[in-house]
Amino acid sequence: MLEVRDLDLYYGDAQALDGVSLDVAEGEVVAIIGANGAGKTSLIRAIAGMKKPGRGSIRFDGHDITGRLSSVICDLGVAQVAEGRQIFPSMSVRENLEMGAVLPRARSKRKETLERCYAMFPKLKVRSDQAAGTLSGGEQQMLAIGRCLMGQPRLMMFDEPSLGLAPAVVGEMFKIIRDLHAEGMTVILVEQNVSASLKLADRGYVLENGRVVLSGTGSGLLNDDGVRQAYLGL
Amino acid sequence: MDATFFMNVISAGLLTGLVYGLMALGLSVIFGVMRVVNFAHGDMMVVAMYAAFLLYTKLGIEPVPALPLVAGGLFVVGYLLQRFLINHFLGVTEHIQFLLLLSVAMIITNVVLMVFGPDARNIQLDASFESYSLGFLVLDKVRVIAAFTAGGVAALLWAFFRYTTTGTAIRACADNPVGARVVGLNVEKLYAITFGIGTACVGAAGCLLLLLVDVHPHLSSDYTLLGFIIVILGGLGSLGGALLGGILVGLSEALSGVLIAPSLKSMFSFGLLILVLLLRPQGILGKKP
Repeated sequence: MLEVRDLDLYYGDAQALDGVSLDVAEGEVVAIIGANGAGKTSLIRAIAGMKKPGRGSIRFDGHDITGRLSSVICDLGVAQVAEGRQIFPSMSVRENLEMGAVLPRARSKRKETLERCYAMFPKLKVRSDQAAGTLSGGEQQMLAIGRCLMGQPRLMMFDEPSLGLAPAVVGEMFKIIRDLHAEGMTVILVEQNVSASLKLADRGYVLENGRVVLSGTGSGLLNDDGVRQAYLGL
Repeated sequence: MDATFFMNVISAGLLTGLVYGLMALGLSVIFGVMRVVNFAHGDMMVVAMYAAFLLYTKLGIEPVPALPLVAGGLFVVGYLLQRFLINHFLGVTEHIQFLLLLSVAMIITNVVLMVFGPDARNIQLDASFESYSLGFLVLDKVRVIAAFTAGGVAALLWAFFRYTTTGTAIRACADNPVGARVVGLNVEKLYAITFGIGTACVGAAGCLLLLLVDVHPHLSSDYTLLGFIIVILGGLGSLGGALLGGILVGLSEALSGVLIAPSLKSMFSFGLLILVLLLRPQGILGKKP
């Protein structure tokens, strides 16, 4: 479904990605792990069209999306739950959700998707007229996921969804991703919580200094000595 | 000077203030969404006034019916300016943006000067000599028309931001530009629309102001400054604040004009500005940063 080939990405002179290649098949959960600054968020941003790559190609569903506008890429069904949630703090919860469905692919089904979101996250319905900035961290994360679902995505990219959340909410977070996976959603998961994300993932990639240094099945990586030492402290 | 006289001066000030408010609304919208300070605001106002002047003298279209035309024209100017020029300067330091918009202002003033010359022009409608009497109040007909139209345009703008998808998307860009890109909004295009809306407000205000004052090319810097005073008084980025600030400045101009001397009216507007900066720096309706 998604093919990334030899991707280079720069911030000024600093190279964030160096020849990254990666594949995601339909219905898969693919984890991307790596230390801070390894290039995980850069990779997500490049796929989402928020940062132009210097070299390489990205194809989604047969479309070449390399360097296309984020609005075009989103409209193909590539959506993200971004790092830091990136909700609209002074707008109401309902308006936040509606903004997730402004693109043509999702607009006509806006009403039904909104009801589905509320059914999935009843708290959002209770707080629908409240400013999003007044929600708790966990609720804001649910809002970010709900907003992402409003866009009728085919590929969901989660960037550090458990960052800054209480442990109980983190469990809920992973359960949501597992449920989405069970429904057939394709997922890219970038997480600091390496063991939880590899347990959930079908396959995984390890990024170091902008390069893919290792890839394999989730359980294979979980049992890899290098991964255990570097990311699990075992 | 009796109470009736004062009531008349105050109501004239209030009405003019609404037109000022509409002008400042444009400045406030542009700043609130893009954080760009439009130093060419007064110049666009003067362009709008001349456009309304030409439409009346050449084609016989009065300023109020001409308003959609002029506002539409200025929308296009603002849209193109943002799309092809200012969008390239959004990430840069503020003083570069300042120089850019000041250059745009200089160019506009000088083109206007070249085309129309330095003389003041005005238009006389039949309505210019009529007035409404409400008990002891006597209101100039054109001033009432200008104020109500300004209020109407401001209400339309409010409804646009509150109820339309594009308006909500623009608020989303103002609230969190990164989040706006995450959901796939075309932020550059929405910024261009926003600048267009800002200049369309000035276009509308320019048409209405031509009913009340003479136009000459050097009005531009006066109106740019007046716009700044009003939005700072009311609170940067607050739409209601811009209208309130406009009304306050209109009032202070009218009162200082009759109480002291008309040429001192700017002194009082700036005095009011200093007072607000001292006592409530975020502006009367502004949120604390």
